[in-house]
Amino acid sequence: MIGLSHYLTVAAILFVLGVLGIILNRKNVIVILMSIELILLAVNINMVAFSSYLGDLTGQIFGMFILTVAAAEAAIGLAILVLYFRNRGTIAVDQINQMKG
Amino acid sequence: MLAGIILLSGTAVILSRNPVHSVLWLILAFFNAAGLFLMLGAEFLAMILVIVYVGAVAVLFLFVVMMLDIDFAKLREGFVSYLPFGLILAGVLAAELIVAAMAAVVVGSPGEPVAPVIAAAADVSNTEALGALIYTKYAYVFQASGMVLLTAMIGAIVLTHRQRSGVKRQNIGQQVARRPEDAVIITKPGVGQGVEL
Repeated sequence: MIGLSHYLTVAAILFVLGVLGIILNRKNVIVILMSIELILLAVNINMVAFSSYLGDLTGQIFGMFILTVAAAEAAIGLAILVLYFRNRGTIAVDQINQMKG
Repeated sequence: MLAGIILLSGTAVILSRNPVHSVLWLILAFFNAAGLFLMLGAEFLAMILVIVYVGAVAVLFLFVVMMLDIDFAKLREGFVSYLPFGLILAGVLAAELIVAAMAAVVVGSPGEPVAPVIAAAADVSNTEALGALIYTKYAYVFQASGMVLLTAMIGAIVLTHRQRSGVKRQNIGQQVARRPEDAVIITKPGVGQGVEL
């Protein structure tokens, strides 16, 4: 029987994969954004697992809000990325501190 | 099985050389997460996940990846040098999280299966129960999330909108304000004489 801890373990591993993705692909901002999506997905799995386990719908509702925020974040992040690429001709973000804004 | 595919495709997302492949793996991960949500009895969230992520966010990612002409091989410099540090950090984090996940079961009643459907609302569907809650108890939060989306939309448009110079556009005000006296002259030149403009 699949219990709560199995879901939590899957979510934990997915979360760690997201963190690892951010560390490994430190220059490629597209992959960093995708890693952030993975992290949010892991959190969502946790939310829904607890919601289902406790018989409480609040977790699912907040999971939906996380989805909303994640979509908004992806849109804004990609817009900033397009703007950055238009100005610099590259998306290597390890040099982004040169902006000195 | 769903969980295994999620983890495999998550690994592929962060390791694949071509970002287009990364996006496709991400789509696979989202589909499987939707499957997990279905297993947990969260049908509405599963469908939202498919629609929003696979339908919108992944397409957005694909669009941007393909629109920007980038030398991706250069971006992978330093991949190996980050690897030991990343693996150490990831190992520690994973160990902690998994220990915490196991402890959660110890605190709760061990071996108790995950309830398939919300116990309080066994006779209504998941979507109906969510809707009943979201429009009453969480109405303000719902409105706030709408504002977040609106802000994101306006922000994205403002950021990427580009005012081009040198484009010839129709100026309707100028056209309407133009009178025949300004545009046409009527002359009657004599024979052998030109018209002076």
